Amino acid sequence: MTAPAPPTVPPVSAISGESSRRADRVFFALTGTSGALMVLTIIAIGIFLVLKAIPALQHDTTSFFTTKVFLPEAAKPTFGIAVLVFGTVVTSLIAMVLAVPVALGVALFITQYAPRKFAGLLGGLVDLLAAVPSVVYGLWGLAFLNAHLQVVNKSLNSTLGWIPIFGDTRGQYSKSILLAGLVLAIMVLPIIAALAREVLLQVPSTLSEAALALGATRWETIRTAVLPPSWPGIVSAIMLGLGRALGETIAVALVLGVSPEITAHILGPGSNSIAANIATKFSEYADSGRGALIASGLVLFVITFAVNALARLIVVRSARRRLA
Amino acid sequence: MTPAEIRPTRSVSTLALSGTGVLAALVAAAVLSATGSSSIGLLVLVTGLAYVALAGLAVLAVQGRRAAIDRVFTSLAWGSFLLAMVPLVSVVSLVVRRGLPRFDANFLSHSMRGIAGRDTNGGAYHAIIGTLEQVGLASIIAIPIGLLAAVYVVEHGRGPLVSAVRFVTDVMTGVPSIVAGLFVFTFWVLALGQGFSGFAAALALAILMLPTVVRTTEVVLGLVPDSLREASLALGVPRWKTVVRIVLPTAASGITTGIVLAIARVTGETAPLLLTALNFDSINANPFKGQQAGLPSYVFAQASQPGKPALDRAWSGALTLLLLVLLLNLAARLLASRGTRRTRLKG
Repeated sequence: MTAPAPPTVPPVSAISGESSRRADRVFFALTGTSGALMVLTIIAIGIFLVLKAIPALQHDTTSFFTTKVFLPEAAKPTFGIAVLVFGTVVTSLIAMVLAVPVALGVALFITQYAPRKFAGLLGGLVDLLAAVPSVVYGLWGLAFLNAHLQVVNKSLNSTLGWIPIFGDTRGQYSKSILLAGLVLAIMVLPIIAALAREVLLQVPSTLSEAALALGATRWETIRTAVLPPSWPGIVSAIMLGLGRALGETIAVALVLGVSPEITAHILGPGSNSIAANIATKFSEYADSGRGALIASGLVLFVITFAVNALARLIVVRSARRRLA
Repeated sequence: MTPAEIRPTRSVSTLALSGTGVLAALVAAAVLSATGSSSIGLLVLVTGLAYVALAGLAVLAVQGRRAAIDRVFTSLAWGSFLLAMVPLVSVVSLVVRRGLPRFDANFLSHSMRGIAGRDTNGGAYHAIIGTLEQVGLASIIAIPIGLLAAVYVVEHGRGPLVSAVRFVTDVMTGVPSIVAGLFVFTFWVLALGQGFSGFAAALALAILMLPTVVRTTEVVLGLVPDSLREASLALGVPRWKTVVRIVLPTAASGITTGIVLAIARVTGETAPLLLTALNFDSINANPFKGQQAGLPSYVFAQASQPGKPALDRAWSGALTLLLLVLLLNLAARLLASRGTRRTRLKG
């Protein structure tokens, strides 16, 4: 009887041989390059905008930050971003005031109040609101909402006109600042709602179950058990929504009646936004004018960068505190 | 003990609450007729507010303060959801109603060449071609880079470049689309002297797609259990093969969903197109040379023009765009639900 042949063991080199190790190195070099490419892109965005903005700023004959008019192609280029920054910030703030309470209500509704069975479907409807392209919202705001909001603007002015922001607009109620803010609100609402929903879903159900077991009503449960651990996430969701509102271009370009003045009367037209100004003026301008637009775009980039970095900081900080 | 025995049994019945609703509608109608307004939207809004207040008061009288506060916030949560649905219903119904009259074969097969703003014909054929090419090219650029970057972040674990990529992904999500367009204009069109083209637009769209692809892929890859990776490595499979043959296929449905959503998002982007492909009224099937139209910029251009024919074209263009985006979203949803069903069967 012959002894059974010993099982053949493949040599170690065949399992983790030199060739497969080299393949590993090539593969991870490829993935690392892709990551590095993203980092380079962000750096390049900053560098190229600065490079093109500097010559335009050197030709500017007035102060870039305080001048209201934007005339970069005049014989003596005079342009500033005072009106543009004002319009960008005011329309975004109106959007946040209108959108945040409703967005939080929607997020709470989907996670806490809606029947479990439909929660997914209802969330999908909110996502659908986010899927509608901004140009479609702009068209809707211009050709439909504007006419209806004019009536509201007029009655707001006649009843609450003593409040400064609802004050006299010299009879103009079309394409108002409020309309731009309202359209922006509708656009950022689903973004804030979706992010806040994710945050609320992270809260362990044991917390709310404990509150309910102690006899708390549903609202008391939300107030004491669900919201406190969620606040950092919700604040960051709001900041991300704000970043989106600040950078929104086409909807504002379509619905806002522009003027080179800073006005606090939101029921009428006035001011302009950085992004909308770039979109509408770009094709009219030659290189010098485009340089000025790039300078204003750089300001927008810095503002949104700061808002988004702040949102991220809030999340990272709270995550670290939770770990500690 | 049943819950009914623990909680106070006295409560406001559904019948009483619907009675409150009718009362609220009457109050709203009275208030509006007093101020002389006849808007249905306003009537619904005031009715809603009156209902919240009246139902709150009714519950306050019968069940006390805590229950009343609870009732008010329940109504507010329902109310905010219904309120959020108003613009969705309004936008979709209006785009369909005003877009359908011009949404015909002529619209889908003709460009705007030689068509003045007030002419009633003209179409979006050139813009549809442009959008498909631009979004297609953007996907070809952004998907592989995004996938690889996400693999790097998840499978590599730590290191300065990993945290840099994480940070940049977050920051890139917030880059306004107009800034992406400006960058491609300064970099590709001016500095490299490539001129305006559909491809330049694709580059800008790729920048906007990248963070979405990376983020969703990162999340889905993180859900793949480590035991799968370990099992594969323990069998002597090299790491790259573990990623390509084990990790990525496991996460495939989630990744696909994220990618389709990213495509849908950039399909509707208008601002970058205006700075990179400009707007063009004729057919240009070559995305690498010369100006090219896109559907979103087409809608914007038509909406900015005076006159009803241009506005009609804008609505029809919006309908085309909305159909495209909604189909992509539907596809993402189907892929996602198919994916979950498969994992559930496996589990």
